[in-house]
Amino acid sequence: MSTIKFSIITAAVGLAVLVFAHWFGVDYVYFAGYTILQFIVLSTAWNILGGYCGYVNFGTAAFFALGAYSSVFWYNFFPLPIPVLIVLGAVGSGIVGFGMGYLTLRLRGAFFSIATLALAVVLQTLVVNWDFVGGSRGAYILHPENLEIGSVSVHYIEYLFTLMLVLTVVALVTARIIERSQLGYGFATIRDDELAAEACGVPTLRLKLIATTLSGAFMGMAGAPFPYYIGYLQPQSAFALDYAVNSIAMPMIGGTQSWIGPLIGAIVLGSAQQYATVTISSAVNLLIVGLMLVGFVIIAPNGLYGLVEEQWRRRRRKS
Amino acid sequence: MTALLHVDNISKRFGGFVALDGINLEVQPGERLGLIGPNGSGKSTLVNCICGTLQNETGNVLFDGRTMDGLAAHQRTHQGLARSFQLPRPFHSMSLADNLRVPLLYTVHARPGQLRTPADVEARCGELLTMVGLASKAKQRPRDLTQVEMRKLELARAMAAEPKLLIADESMAGLSHSEIEDILSLLMELNGRGITIILIEHIMSAVMKFSQRLAVLVSGKKVADGKPEDVVRDPEVVRAYLGQ
Amino acid sequence: MDISADLVVNAIVAGLLLGGFYAAVTAGISIAFGMLDIVNIAHPAFVILGSYIAYFFSASLGIDPIIISILAMPFFYLLGMAVYQVYYVAFERRGQEALRGLAFFFGLLFVTEVTLILTFGVDYRYVEAVYIGPSIHIGLIDMPLRMLVPCLVSLALFAAIELFVTRTFLGRAIMAVSQDQLALQLMAANPIRIKRIAFAISIATASVAGALLIVIQPVEPSVGREYIGRVFAICVLGGLGSMPGTLIAALLLGVVESITSTFYGPSWSPAVSFGFLLLTLAFRPSGLMGR
Repeated sequence: MSTIKFSIITAAVGLAVLVFAHWFGVDYVYFAGYTILQFIVLSTAWNILGGYCGYVNFGTAAFFALGAYSSVFWYNFFPLPIPVLIVLGAVGSGIVGFGMGYLTLRLRGAFFSIATLALAVVLQTLVVNWDFVGGSRGAYILHPENLEIGSVSVHYIEYLFTLMLVLTVVALVTARIIERSQLGYGFATIRDDELAAEACGVPTLRLKLIATTLSGAFMGMAGAPFPYYIGYLQPQSAFALDYAVNSIAMPMIGGTQSWIGPLIGAIVLGSAQQYATVTISSAVNLLIVGLMLVGFVIIAPNGLYGLVEEQWRRRRRKS
Repeated sequence: MTALLHVDNISKRFGGFVALDGINLEVQPGERLGLIGPNGSGKSTLVNCICGTLQNETGNVLFDGRTMDGLAAHQRTHQGLARSFQLPRPFHSMSLADNLRVPLLYTVHARPGQLRTPADVEARCGELLTMVGLASKAKQRPRDLTQVEMRKLELARAMAAEPKLLIADESMAGLSHSEIEDILSLLMELNGRGITIILIEHIMSAVMKFSQRLAVLVSGKKVADGKPEDVVRDPEVVRAYLGQ
Repeated sequence: MDISADLVVNAIVAGLLLGGFYAAVTAGISIAFGMLDIVNIAHPAFVILGSYIAYFFSASLGIDPIIISILAMPFFYLLGMAVYQVYYVAFERRGQEALRGLAFFFGLLFVTEVTLILTFGVDYRYVEAVYIGPSIHIGLIDMPLRMLVPCLVSLALFAAIELFVTRTFLGRAIMAVSQDQLALQLMAANPIRIKRIAFAISIATASVAGALLIVIQPVEPSVGREYIGRVFAICVLGGLGSMPGTLIAALLLGVVESITSTFYGPSWSPAVSFGFLLLTLAFRPSGLMGR
């Protein structure tokens, strides 16, 4: 299927989701849906570096929070429309992703991963100590209840949901484009055998930097609308470890080698978590995520999509 | 005639261990050089230093008149230096055809005037696979291959980069007589097309048949370098292999 | 801000005591990561587990927490063996340790933390012991026993490990494995078994480190996360696999953190260790005394 066809289909599905949500008419759908869409974007972003290149980023929260806090900064300094904030979030987190990569990607993957953990804590400490963005007390973001576009009045949460939906479509299409391109081949060789990749002429450092920048940028984009969604932003919630665990668990469970894995993982795990949080407790829900991550990593290393793909290949070989 | 590869006084240490001690070596264009030496003598380290996988501490590597110092491994491959690995390192998540596609896309494609359409790339993958007799397995994964086939894939992948100089690092270890002949005739054919080849091997019959010139590495030093018949009779070489 | 000699000296001493304790926490990682190349980022979680076990049995049985942790070491040892076995079979054997092994340990970290939250809640827990409270005064210097005792126990633990690694056959086998697995195999020793023992030892140290932690400060489940950066910073700065280097790096980090905390406030201290780590990785990844 060509990229253009894929983009159209994905956009159409997105539109259908939007129409369905609108018809449902209940705000909760938007609130819950936003969370799941956010996870899809974060998982897809993580997977570009983690699943495609094989470099594990533990610091999703850092890039996400950077996007969120950049929005808080602009809110306090000079209010801008959210789409602009999203672009700024992308730029900020993309630059940090590039910088991090430049400093640590020459080393082994394990060192890069540890450095990402370190980055999250350093950034959190900086934010906690910076009063302009609220520090440890947190920051309030006020927004109107409805967004007025000409004669149309839209619930603010529906507006946020729509933005996140657009972002999701862009992220998925980008992931697929990468996967099928020369870049995607390069990424895969880095994951499979970096030394052999270099010997084949693949400029591994350059590609890894592209991956960290893109990955960071998308995470920042996902974070930019977050303060508006949540209304009151505290460092603990922006930098929560959940983001790191989920953005790793979802692709691992869904499947790391394709754009569809993070999508599957985010929907399956995201919905399960919503359900568990509401019915049992939020701590148990986190336990489930952790256990599923450990379980899948051991038993089904290529995730749900990998299992399906394996079945297809076996059937094709028999015929 | 200027040498295609000029290894000038290369040294490499790992902590306190001296792996290479002032190696000097020249390879002429179109030549077939054999490189032998006991295990641990530094052959693979030398290959790694030439190709950029490791950085030598002293000395210089000159290839095609250009210094390779400071160039990353992938840049040296772009210049025309290719190598196969002693233990095959295929890309496991890809089909054989895709394994070959990578060097085509990243090395050949990157060279000016070597633009290829996707159809060209596909055709070239097929050619290379046919050359090593793996065309029927084009869509399979490396884990489905036998040892010999992995070695051939390894060579095909190095070939895909269209090198001027190919270093074949122990491609024949553990193979049967006919399989060795297979690989040998493949290498001879490549040399016939103008590719300079350095053959690193333990199998003396193959080395003797193949090499126009033979160099011997012992404990990080080059102890002999000349015509194969002369080198194997060199007392120092005999001593290194058989002990005193 | 008055920078009196009194304040500086005490900050340094407190830093040294703290650094000594950090060495105990890092000892396990020094073995697992420095020698076995296993990136066990879940190690701090095992340490916190040790803290809670020390807390639980100390509170219910009235025995000194450090003694409890020593008694608990065999259980941690077995736990370490089990974890390594899973890690080996699922990842190391398949060559997947880079991506999936890391994710595995991360998952373990998370699961351990959440299990502790579910079992004990998020309140801070602390222990009672004879040496928590009194201090020794030597001239300008105030040394709370609460810090001194863990530091001494930690140094003892460290010395024990160093002796083990350099003097015993098993210890030297572990060093051999870290340097050349193939050579070890040729000597007819089973590297997997040796790695398993070494990893189990590294987890056993977590038991003691945990008890020392809860003596020094009250503990709640997420405290482990602060230590991830610290232990890896120390390990990398000290040079992987070098025990003396790890000790020096630990003391150094302790002093820097203490001074930062005294003069700039405690909210900056996580940034110190993690900042150290980033800088070390960026500019001198082989550490101070690296191999």
